[in-house]
Amino acid sequence: MKTRRWITRIWPIVPILAALIVTSALLVLFGAKPGESFQAMFQGAFGDQSKTLSVLAFWVPLLFSAVGLLVTFTAGLWNIGVEGQIVMGAIAASWVALRLEAPAPLLITLEILAAMASGALWAGVTAVLKTRGKVHEIFTGLALNNLAIILTNYLISGPWQPPEGGTFRGTQPFQDAALLPLFANSRFSPLSLLLALVAFSMVLVALRGTFWGLKLKALGKNLRSAYLLGVSSEREMILAMMFCGALAGLGGAVRVLSWFDSLRQSISGGIGFLALLVVMLATYQIYWVPLIAFFFSAVLNGSISLQLRTQLHSSLGGILTGLMVLFILLFGDASKLGIGRKKEADEQ
Amino acid sequence: MNNSELVQTLASILLASAPLMIAVCGEIITERSGIVNLSLDGTMLMAAMTAFVVGLKADNIWVGLLAAMAVGALFAFIVAFGSIRLRQSMFAIGFVLTLLGDDLSAFLGQNYTRIPGPVVKHFAIPVLKDIPILGPIFFDQDAVVYFAFLLVGLTWLLLFRTQPGLRLRSAGERPEAAFARGVDVNRVRYLYAVLGGALVGIAGAAYSLDIKIGWSDGHTRGLGWIALAIVIFGGWSPVRGAVGAILFGATKALATFLQRTFPEVSVVAFNSLPWLLMIGVLLLVSSEVSERLIAIAPRAAQRPLRRMLRVSPPRALGATFVEERTS
Repeated sequence: MKTRRWITRIWPIVPILAALIVTSALLVLFGAKPGESFQAMFQGAFGDQSKTLSVLAFWVPLLFSAVGLLVTFTAGLWNIGVEGQIVMGAIAASWVALRLEAPAPLLITLEILAAMASGALWAGVTAVLKTRGKVHEIFTGLALNNLAIILTNYLISGPWQPPEGGTFRGTQPFQDAALLPLFANSRFSPLSLLLALVAFSMVLVALRGTFWGLKLKALGKNLRSAYLLGVSSEREMILAMMFCGALAGLGGAVRVLSWFDSLRQSISGGIGFLALLVVMLATYQIYWVPLIAFFFSAVLNGSISLQLRTQLHSSLGGILTGLMVLFILLFGDASKLGIGRKKEADEQ
Repeated sequence: MNNSELVQTLASILLASAPLMIAVCGEIITERSGIVNLSLDGTMLMAAMTAFVVGLKADNIWVGLLAAMAVGALFAFIVAFGSIRLRQSMFAIGFVLTLLGDDLSAFLGQNYTRIPGPVVKHFAIPVLKDIPILGPIFFDQDAVVYFAFLLVGLTWLLLFRTQPGLRLRSAGERPEAAFARGVDVNRVRYLYAVLGGALVGIAGAAYSLDIKIGWSDGHTRGLGWIALAIVIFGGWSPVRGAVGAILFGATKALATFLQRTFPEVSVVAFNSLPWLLMIGVLLLVSSEVSERLIAIAPRAAQRPLRRMLRVSPPRALGATFVEERTS
């Protein structure tokens, strides 16, 4: 009996290993040695101090979005629009950074608030279109993602283009007071990590220890019974979406104010989609989210170094993480596969 | 714009819409059986890449096309297997496959970007192509266009005029009732999910072999999502879906035309058009907005208007079906 439970516990290692094997096979197909490649990826992620700090810097905005998505997933919502919410946060923070002048602490506070408000509003549009317009949030979110990216490109090549002429690459660097204080010449801002940890704790408490969290769970589990219990589905859905949007927007602010120093064309670069994968791989369990987000950050940073060194396309990192999520989704639950199911038969 | 230019524009709209029509038909067949294959965007990217690379290596477009169909069928099978057999969320699996297809196609196709390859030949239908106006629009086209129109007709026939089509729809509408009448619901769902996926594969291949020849990173990115939205707009009917696909193609052509005519208007306005349209039409067909519009119309027109505007999905769409055990 005990061994079976033990098998169920460690079973998820099997799909993870399977993902590694398939990725290795792809590497072999392209004439690379898997062992060396994975080692190069590890070196690319943690090879020296600046690389490790890059992993940390990429981890923070990913964490913001993933933590926010825990809330929307709990409410049963598919917030694919998180990517656009990051972009809108980045745009709002850039607006403050470019247009206002103030002492650094005040300016940074304003940037962050603007980013959170902007992300929340963008998410709110999706939520209202769902509750009032009955349009599925996947489609609105997706359309709004694209609109946010189009808006960025417009700003960069139009009103916010650098004085030396429009390139499609980015705005001019922000004033120094607008940027987050960085750790040792890296792209990593300790302040942003602190904020992310605050967000993590808030969501942990909200989901586990408040009536609101309970209502969201009821909403996510069964819409009709939540309605019968008197949970206002519209209000909670909009709140959940806007909460996630605010956190994603904050992540967007971190992108422009520490990873970059200006608004760039691919300001998010898929962090929102990645965050969705993180939460799925964590099987919606909050404690796993920071760990998996960190792992994803390392894999992606590593695969970019790998491309620089070996010319192998950096999508390899996405393939590895994507396969892990797919295999965990399909085969991660040992009991659904019939492993350890014999136990029930024993008891009968 | 003179006459011949107009005819040419219309012909090019049909050509550009043809792959979308094929993808929409595929997804309609899948969704009518109760399965949502959300992976369309990734599937089409993988299929487009596969069709091009295999077609190039084999120096034969048909082999490329077959390979693309196999890829489409495989992706759809994973969604069906995951939801039917393993009881996992078909939305989650479809979404992961979307991202995975994007990355996989970029990686596997990395040595084949921006190089010439095999191309579907232009094929005018003799006699018919000489009909004035209609000839050059409909019958002086690529094979993809003829196939798309044929497929719309065949899909309609299958769904609404055949026994298997009845079983297909019953699996998506009332799986319990269908099961009681002896329909093997899950087998039907497997079959049509895979068939629909293969058709989506053809749509992807149509891009890399005909409409947008060649391969590059993210070659068809976004189009799978557009196809999914058109399925809803089309109310899960192949004919309406085809109209939706052509309307989308027409909007794109219109945007290009307007952009040339008014170069001073920012390109932003034209780029955002498809996405605004996506939200707009979905809002129109699913919300109460259309009900209000209908109420204004004269009474005699209300019924046909409602038929035209309102859509409802297959009842059991997205719900897994668990057979009742008799033992």
